Amino acid sequence: MRASVPPAISGRQAADAVLFVAALAALWQGAHELVGKEGLASPLATFARAGALLGSASFWPHAGATGLAFVYALAVALAGGLAIGLALGYFRLAGEVFEPVVGAVYSIPKITLYPIILLLFGLTLSAKVAFGALHGIFPMIIFTMGGVKNAKPVLLKAARAMRLSPAASIRHILIPAALPEIFTGFRIGFSLTLLGTLIGELFASDRGLGFLLIRSIEHNDGETILALTVLLFAASATVGWALLRLDRRLRRHTEAEPASL
Amino acid sequence: MPRRHLAFWLRLAFLLGLAAALEVLCRTGSIPRLTMIPPSEMAARLAGGLWSGEYLADIGFTFANIGAAIAISIALGALLGLVIHALPRVRRLVDPMLASYYSVPTFVFYPLLIVLLGLTRWPLVAIGAMFGVVAMILNTINGLDRVPRALVKSGRVFRLSRWETVWRIKLPAAAPSLFTGVKLAVTYSVIGVIAGEFILSVAGLGRRIKLAYDNLDNPGMYALLLFVLTSTVLVYFFVHGWERRVHRRWRP
Repeated sequence: MRASVPPAISGRQAADAVLFVAALAALWQGAHELVGKEGLASPLATFARAGALLGSASFWPHAGATGLAFVYALAVALAGGLAIGLALGYFRLAGEVFEPVVGAVYSIPKITLYPIILLLFGLTLSAKVAFGALHGIFPMIIFTMGGVKNAKPVLLKAARAMRLSPAASIRHILIPAALPEIFTGFRIGFSLTLLGTLIGELFASDRGLGFLLIRSIEHNDGETILALTVLLFAASATVGWALLRLDRRLRRHTEAEPASL
Repeated sequence: MPRRHLAFWLRLAFLLGLAAALEVLCRTGSIPRLTMIPPSEMAARLAGGLWSGEYLADIGFTFANIGAAIAISIALGALLGLVIHALPRVRRLVDPMLASYYSVPTFVFYPLLIVLLGLTRWPLVAIGAMFGVVAMILNTINGLDRVPRALVKSGRVFRLSRWETVWRIKLPAAAPSLFTGVKLAVTYSVIGVIAGEFILSVAGLGRRIKLAYDNLDNPGMYALLLFVLTSTVLVYFFVHGWERRVHRRWRP
């Protein structure tokens, strides 16, 4: 197990990293000097604002609202995507019929479907959840289906030899075999669900981080826009990176790099 | 082969059945008109709008933005991929950022781009390009990683210059991966531009849909939705089929 632990960071790499961060900060500061305070807040002001946001009592209910909608949406996307992906992977003909449909729907700009969601659900938590799940469910379906379809035929033969019921062969054979793919789908679905939830809040919500973002856009409050952007970026990049590490670990036997859709 | 045909006909039957079911549900009032209009009315309204030319300006605006975003994503992405691949020290630094890039909701940068570039078409092009460029970078690097060493060595035997090696050996050998990058760059640029227009813009299809929604103009909204969905699905099948052909031809 220790084999997959990365080598310790060398002094030169650490110096490179410091240089890189310094260069980014200098670039940001330079852009700030160039376009002025109204255009782009300075790094220092942004981080100060982000710190103030994290310390203020009014920030956390918004973060909580986004978190709640996100968790519901992720649960829907995960359960629905897994069920549909397994079914489409297990029943070959159904998979062939629906694979292009799923791919095509995945490729459309789902933001334009927002009015329909609003007409169906109104300005409610359900609308946010539905919109988040709508973004996250398709990668879950696509990767689960792919993983099941690419499971080694010998595994299915073994299932048949042991006279497993369809439910048992899915539970004991197909899900374990497709687990790395399913996890990749979950990783990509995770970030897309977050994106969907935030976009949902941008348009029609009275609370949540997306709402804070659109309010600061309307008030032309550049510092808050940037501070929220930085906070969201930091949080989702951290989780995304952790999930990617896990993904690579799950795949270390297959050598394949996880897909980056 | 017959199985593939069977799947095709079943798919067609399913989609037509879906449209017919929606039509019936809307006509009988099971789905209220305020929620959705019958598909036939959407199509009729869209045909009317296209015929009279009232959508032309917005379609042109959106398509031009998408084209620019795609061009920038592909050119910049391939170039940055080449550069990052050639510099291992830089690669080690940006690798975590590239890998976790798509876990970040890129649209949070859109307001910032509007502030920087003004309420013109350029923030739209920029958000579309930002969405597409990293897919191109990732796939370029991925493709270059898989260029067989023997090819590079035979390039050295022929005393190719650095750029000749890139142009004549590395890029052709990385082609399948590059095409996957192009496919994703196209899809992502489309999503980025239309979503940006939907959020805040002076013109374009995304804005038009949002306006129709805000004005409770359901027929107009659904007609444009139909147009956007149909054209993005067509683009999807075009690039998808193209990528599949490339992959088949390049397979050794």
